[in-house]
Amino acid sequence: MTEAESRVEAPGADYNFAYLDEQTKRMIRRALLKALAVPGYQVPFASREMPMPYGWGTGGVQVSAAVLVPGDRLKVIDQGADDTTNAVSIRKFFQKTAGIAVTGHTGEATVIQTRHRIPEAPLTEGQILVYQVPIPEPLRFLEPRETETRRMHALEEYGLMHVKLYEDIARHGEIATAYAYPVQIEGRYVMDPSPIPKFDNPKLRMAAIQLFGAGREQRIYALPPYTEVVSLDFEDHPFVPGKAEGACALCGSETSYLDEVIVDDRGGRMFVCSDTDYCAGRRAAGHVGAEGAAAGEGRA
Amino acid sequence: MDDQALSGGFADTPREAALAFRAALTAMARPGRIEAVAGARPPAPLSVAAGTLLLVLADPTTPVHLAGALDRPGLRDWLRFHTGAPLSDRAGAVFAVGRWADLLPLDAYSLGTPDYPDRSATLIVEMDALDATGARLTGPGIETSHGLSLPEIAAFRANRARFPLGLDFFLTAGERLAALPRSTHVEAV
Repeated sequence: MTEAESRVEAPGADYNFAYLDEQTKRMIRRALLKALAVPGYQVPFASREMPMPYGWGTGGVQVSAAVLVPGDRLKVIDQGADDTTNAVSIRKFFQKTAGIAVTGHTGEATVIQTRHRIPEAPLTEGQILVYQVPIPEPLRFLEPRETETRRMHALEEYGLMHVKLYEDIARHGEIATAYAYPVQIEGRYVMDPSPIPKFDNPKLRMAAIQLFGAGREQRIYALPPYTEVVSLDFEDHPFVPGKAEGACALCGSETSYLDEVIVDDRGGRMFVCSDTDYCAGRRAAGHVGAEGAAAGEGRA
Repeated sequence: MDDQALSGGFADTPREAALAFRAALTAMARPGRIEAVAGARPPAPLSVAAGTLLLVLADPTTPVHLAGALDRPGLRDWLRFHTGAPLSDRAGAVFAVGRWADLLPLDAYSLGTPDYPDRSATLIVEMDALDATGARLTGPGIETSHGLSLPEIAAFRANRARFPLGLDFFLTAGERLAALPRSTHVEAV
């Protein structure tokens, strides 16, 4: 994050706090409370047009706008990175419209909006994790009709999902779903955890509050802290949270989720931590990977 | 309408409502955890916590049922002036507020439908006091168990048995509130 960005701008006097009008926030807040009361169930809400296109996190932004308070410290990540266009834009949006502080450090944030990753560092009780969700309905690609999927959830009719996972095994020898891996919440609702890698699924049971917002699809859902989350599997094909083999080339971590980066046009590649804050923290603490001479450069 | 109905709202609505909602969100996410709220100064006998919740959540789209002694002109005027919420009987209420005995019977409220379990009422139960002792709560939002003083046990157990349908509760006393969503298992200690 650049120095100019980390400077807290004066609250935009032309905007209501956190951009949305109060009537809209009340509607979203009521949906959030019902979502927490029925974990994993998708609550319809009247999603608003936001000053960014659908697909850029309008659901997450609306949820964040409804939960932010003065004094919050917001972190926004896109695939684990704090410095991508989407993350930078959303941080700036709330700096301007809510006058709140922002941070890149997971431990310092009170609200974290994320696109497709859960931070490596365990989250704590005081934190809220807001997910941007493209397709909230885990059954959508199996059954396109909303009236049908809604009835399937009502009847707890999830056989189709197991057939899909079974067909994965029949075709590939293993469950080939690598992201947006379906989970069942407290033995009831099957839920799409958003397109996080299945590596992150075990972290879904956490101390922080998790809120999911799908803007285009107009759905909000939630997981209270410590909610039981089970990744669907079979007894003879248990769930495996996979990741790329190897260690981060910059910080040497063998336990974090890795991005593959193509470095030349001859097939050369390197693996680096997807979570930029985690990687920078490790390098600052003296950990060095195979190509980690770069410590001290870049974001830090 | 007297002056009392016109006063007692938020002084800085966006910020005060945000802070109060964060407390309500935390309470609903962590059943049994007691949070403090402030902002509303409703006419007696409505508590600050219950009044603040209504200012944060109620609006012209959410019929409110005032139960028992709360159904009085001063409060009706205050609620209508500050939130625009229509008053309603139990069956049509999105929110109902009152003392436990006045809110009963619970089967008069909307429980939601199997397709839309979110279309159920939220009850705000006015209590004399809130303590972290009494019934034992377990379920989503609770790491091991929480204690909370409840007006009774059986009604909340019956409510849980209907999951995913059911009512969600806020319990309020003075400036403090706790929540009891339908997902929580309740046991007598």
